[in-house]
Amino acid sequence: MSVPVRKFDAVIVGAGGAGLRAALQLSEAGLKTAVLSKVFPTRSHTVAAQGGISASLGNVQEDKWEWHMYDTVKGSDWLGDQDAIEFMCRQAPEVVVELEHFGMPFDRLENGKIYQRPFGGHMADFGKTPVQRACAAADRTGHAMLHTLYQRNVRANTQFFVEWMALDLIRDADGDVVGVTALEMETGETFILHAKAVLFATGGAGRIYSASTNAFINTGDGLGMTVRAGIPLEDMEFWQFHPTGVAGAGVLITEGVRGEGGILLNANGERFMERYAPNAKDLASRDVVSRAMALEILEGRGCGKEKDHVLLKLDHLGPEIINHRLPGIREIAIKFAGVDPIKDPIPVVPTTHYMMGGIPANYKGEVVAPQGDNPEVRVNGFYAAGECACASVHGANRLGTNSLLDLVVFGKSAGNSMIEYIKTERQDWKPLPANAADVSLARLARLENQTGGEEVADVRNAMQKCVQLRAGVFRNDENLAKGVAEIKAIAERAKRTQIKDKSKVWNTARTEALELDNLIEVAVATLISAEARKESRGAHAQDDYPDRHDDEWMKHTLYDGATRSLSYKPVHTQPLSVEYIAPQKRVY
Amino acid sequence: MNEIEKKKVIWRSRRGLLEVDLQLERFVRDVLPGLADAEWQRYADMLLLSDNDLMDYLNGKAQCPDPYLAPMIDRIRAHQHTDLA
Repeated sequence: MSVPVRKFDAVIVGAGGAGLRAALQLSEAGLKTAVLSKVFPTRSHTVAAQGGISASLGNVQEDKWEWHMYDTVKGSDWLGDQDAIEFMCRQAPEVVVELEHFGMPFDRLENGKIYQRPFGGHMADFGKTPVQRACAAADRTGHAMLHTLYQRNVRANTQFFVEWMALDLIRDADGDVVGVTALEMETGETFILHAKAVLFATGGAGRIYSASTNAFINTGDGLGMTVRAGIPLEDMEFWQFHPTGVAGAGVLITEGVRGEGGILLNANGERFMERYAPNAKDLASRDVVSRAMALEILEGRGCGKEKDHVLLKLDHLGPEIINHRLPGIREIAIKFAGVDPIKDPIPVVPTTHYMMGGIPANYKGEVVAPQGDNPEVRVNGFYAAGECACASVHGANRLGTNSLLDLVVFGKSAGNSMIEYIKTERQDWKPLPANAADVSLARLARLENQTGGEEVADVRNAMQKCVQLRAGVFRNDENLAKGVAEIKAIAERAKRTQIKDKSKVWNTARTEALELDNLIEVAVATLISAEARKESRGAHAQDDYPDRHDDEWMKHTLYDGATRSLSYKPVHTQPLSVEYIAPQKRVY
Repeated sequence: MNEIEKKKVIWRSRRGLLEVDLQLERFVRDVLPGLADAEWQRYADMLLLSDNDLMDYLNGKAQCPDPYLAPMIDRIRAHQHTDLA
């Protein structure tokens, strides 16, 4: 079957902060650049980032990029690559000022400079005292960034393919990337986008968990395509959690609720935090509370029909405090949990927020994969940036406000690398392999013809429940081993999903089935990577191995999808220009 | 509005913010199918709002200033409370 082909210098999949920043770089260099997005660009999940973007501008207090670098390395629990971290923290002031010049409406000081606010983990003088480093545009920093970058791209003639879903990466016989296949939702047609360089900026994959703050679009499409193309995923065991999201919804309940006197109860009505943290009780640190909640659920003391959550009780505080000191909480509880907290407790569960792992990349945005003895050989023509990439700057745990920074620094860096590559190494298009769209067409044909299969939603729910229970905040050998077996069985079911709606255009059921193909790859990668790591580091808290073991485990995990096996590669301990920051115990 | 246009509207209910996704998903599932074409059109026009504005209106943090769209916001808001016994 012949598939129409369109040619571009660069193809970018994803129109969030990273994709748009890269596209701007490429288009302004005069390259013909296409950006694909499932949704309108300014509705990308970057819009959800409220906290700000960090840069050591020193506008409020003295600050240095070396201090920012130290905080990031420490935050990463020494799994971050120090060359990439140095690169990001050094670039931060420049890329933030650049955004300002693009017209991004940052909050300002009276002297006209960008205002900077305090944020958890931002410290001066190598971890000694707090410093104000976060730049923000009210509580809409991500929104402002997307709008600014989108408008600049329109001016630079970037070509947007809105409501297009990329299906698969195309590699030739040399393993080089030469384009992607993609589905246009409005026509239902499949296209080949033939490119000299391809960037994935597809964002996170939080939807593998049943409790996630991620929007529905965050289905790890770039990660699924990468695995199917035979390229591994890095550090997929590391996911960031928040202790209290509304069960079944994922919307966060601020920790201020416990600060005001809210307490957590299990199915027996027991205030279980008294057992885990006799002094701090419900006000214990995030990880302690999350772990206790998960353990209660795992040991059968969860609430509700599925015994899959605990309860956050507020009614004893009285309507006055609930209405006045916790604005918005009542509305959230009523809307997303169907309970009025003035009378009834809110069902809550630890909720995933951010994916530290992803497509293995270096600080230039180049995707790198093992070949022979070299764990990091560049995949020609393939780039990744933003949450879908693992550069790795976040290591085992991300520092607040470094996510927006990651998008612009590595979006720009990848853009520059692509320009260089296209001008020096791939001035012309490499030929497409014969039948370049076969993998995608086979996936679509299977969905078209599948009989006797399962509903997409049923398999997706099974996957989400498994990942939530087995690879959530509470991890141990037994639980993870069960999870690996379960998720492999669910992955078999995902191969036989069936859709009733076989129509061609705007077929959301088909889109969701294709998304599940990507989610399931991420879910399997997460379980297998987590099961193997016999230590606790950052967000990976393994109860059977409560300590960090640098001698054995200061290394990156690489998951290979074809064999479902793991290999490892060293952490980059050599920064670009400064001294190595040697491991210490991570205490705040 | 024909069936194809309606299916497009359903896809466009996918947003960048989870809070908006959840509220629109419920409305699209329970209420939208029973509405007249003019209301489908009003809903489609509402989807052109930015995610942050839409969230603020749906959460009651701000009033939608557009008299044409405001009734649709109210309708979606009202539906979010119906699960409450």
